[in-house]
Amino acid sequence: MRKGFRKAFSGGGTVRGLYMAFIFLFLYAPVVVLVVFSFNAAKSRSVWGGFTLEWYQKLFTNTEILSSLRVTLIVALLSSIVATLVATVTCIGLDGLGKRRRAFVMNLTYVPIVNPDLVTGISLMLLFVFMQFQLGFVTLLLAHIAFNIPYAILSILPKMRQLDRNLYEAALDLGAKPTQAMVRVILPEIMPGVVTALILTFTLSIDDFVISYFTSGAGVSNLAITIYSMARKSVNPQINALSALMFVVVLALLLIVNFRSNREMRKPKEEKSR
Amino acid sequence: MKLRWMAYPYVLWTVVFTIAPLLLVAWFAFTTMQPDGSTVFTFSGFEKIVGGDRVPLDLLGLQKIFGITLDVPLYLNIFVKSLQIALLSTLACLAFGYPAAYLLARRTANRRGGTDLLLLLFVIPMWMNALLRTYAWLALLEPNGIVNTVLSAVGLPRGQFLYNDFGIGLGMVYNYLPFMVLPIYSVLVKVDRSVIEAAEDLGADRRHVFTRVTLPLSMPGVMSGINMVFMPAMTTFLIPNLLGGGRYMLIGNVIERQYMIARDWTTASALSIVLLVFVLASMKFLTRYEKGNEGGGVLL
Repeated sequence: MRKGFRKAFSGGGTVRGLYMAFIFLFLYAPVVVLVVFSFNAAKSRSVWGGFTLEWYQKLFTNTEILSSLRVTLIVALLSSIVATLVATVTCIGLDGLGKRRRAFVMNLTYVPIVNPDLVTGISLMLLFVFMQFQLGFVTLLLAHIAFNIPYAILSILPKMRQLDRNLYEAALDLGAKPTQAMVRVILPEIMPGVVTALILTFTLSIDDFVISYFTSGAGVSNLAITIYSMARKSVNPQINALSALMFVVVLALLLIVNFRSNREMRKPKEEKSR
Repeated sequence: MKLRWMAYPYVLWTVVFTIAPLLLVAWFAFTTMQPDGSTVFTFSGFEKIVGGDRVPLDLLGLQKIFGITLDVPLYLNIFVKSLQIALLSTLACLAFGYPAAYLLARRTANRRGGTDLLLLLFVIPMWMNALLRTYAWLALLEPNGIVNTVLSAVGLPRGQFLYNDFGIGLGMVYNYLPFMVLPIYSVLVKVDRSVIEAAEDLGADRRHVFTRVTLPLSMPGVMSGINMVFMPAMTTFLIPNLLGGGRYMLIGNVIERQYMIARDWTTASALSIVLLVFVLASMKFLTRYEKGNEGGGVLL
């Protein structure tokens, strides 16, 4: 049967291959162009003028870019840690709630996810203005924590549901204090979810432009905002150099995460075969 | 575990950082600041949306094909234009994305475990900043850009790709294509192979297997794909601002300009409310269809 199935489709093999080639050309052409032109000696986005590393050198001495990189990393680190902490505590609490209240809290959690980024950004900006907060680092951080928490909750909640509730009771019966039971029993059980939440919120924070754009003030900008203002002003190959570096970093991170999850996927199978 | 108190701080947090901000948008939409600093209730924001300057409706083919000129309020025109380009981009994503999702899913089905490298390659550009991905197209589409250089090298006429509907639409398709492909892929991958084999055993040819079995089963993925493409396409301000060269107006960047440049917060908030209601309503409509279809899928 399987053989017949494959045979029936083999006539379209070339067409299928060409189609996928077209899609991948479409996906990667801009990336390749960005990377190639980061080595371009001419200050142009599309005319080649010889090889240079000038833009990379300039990038590492560009204080505007370096300071916004620092803002991006600090905000991503702090917001992902705070969001994951809040989400972990919330998920443990959610477990004890009744069905109705739980559904209510979950509906609240979905609101920022369903909202368009534009509206989330604007509404947070209005909140900060209304509370007479000066737009700047603190508001940027608060906004990132705010949009990260729901994603962290959704990453941890499935692990919480898989958790055997008796484990906690058993730990208490065996003489553990509630905090001990929490840290030594519950936390290790939901740890994979917590790690996923950390990675996810960290990348979401680094990637965000729209919400940051509305909630950061003059003087404080993350990488996305700096790139945006540079891109609108003039042709600047430093953007290309920066994108090339970011692409390589993302690629490396993604490969590491993928390798990790592949290993994790194999683990339960090995246990079963034992 | 009696630890429900641990969920309560979060509820308070959501009230402050999710509910209150949304209510504030509504509050700003209905109020305006007087010169003396006092705040008064007003409908002027909404009045500007339905009133204001009248311009000819910019609907595809309306003038060129049917020869109809329809004067509508400025903001309504921008709204219709945004809707039109968002819908067309969503359709393009579906047309190009469905076959890609189908082929990727077939590859995965033929494999034993592990992650497909091709799938990983598909996802990688998505992890690059949307800003950079959009910026990259400038180099390709510029009047003297790479696409035009290639076109004239092979003897084809040069084209104007940037600062018009085509450029904006392309930017949207590029940015949102993975949002269409991945949901469809994840549904197609789960389609039970024996269902397909059963259809074949019962005498269905390839076309019928696809139209009567695979396609209906993949509809939930298609619907959530449409949802995930249409919503950002309808609300983006990054793409028209970068690829539109400062002249191209869609509802997203009109709202952004009203807040950040014109500082007419009453109109901007009124526009945001209209946009939010529209987007949420269309989402509700799409997800309702999705649920209804799941019920039908079982009966098939």
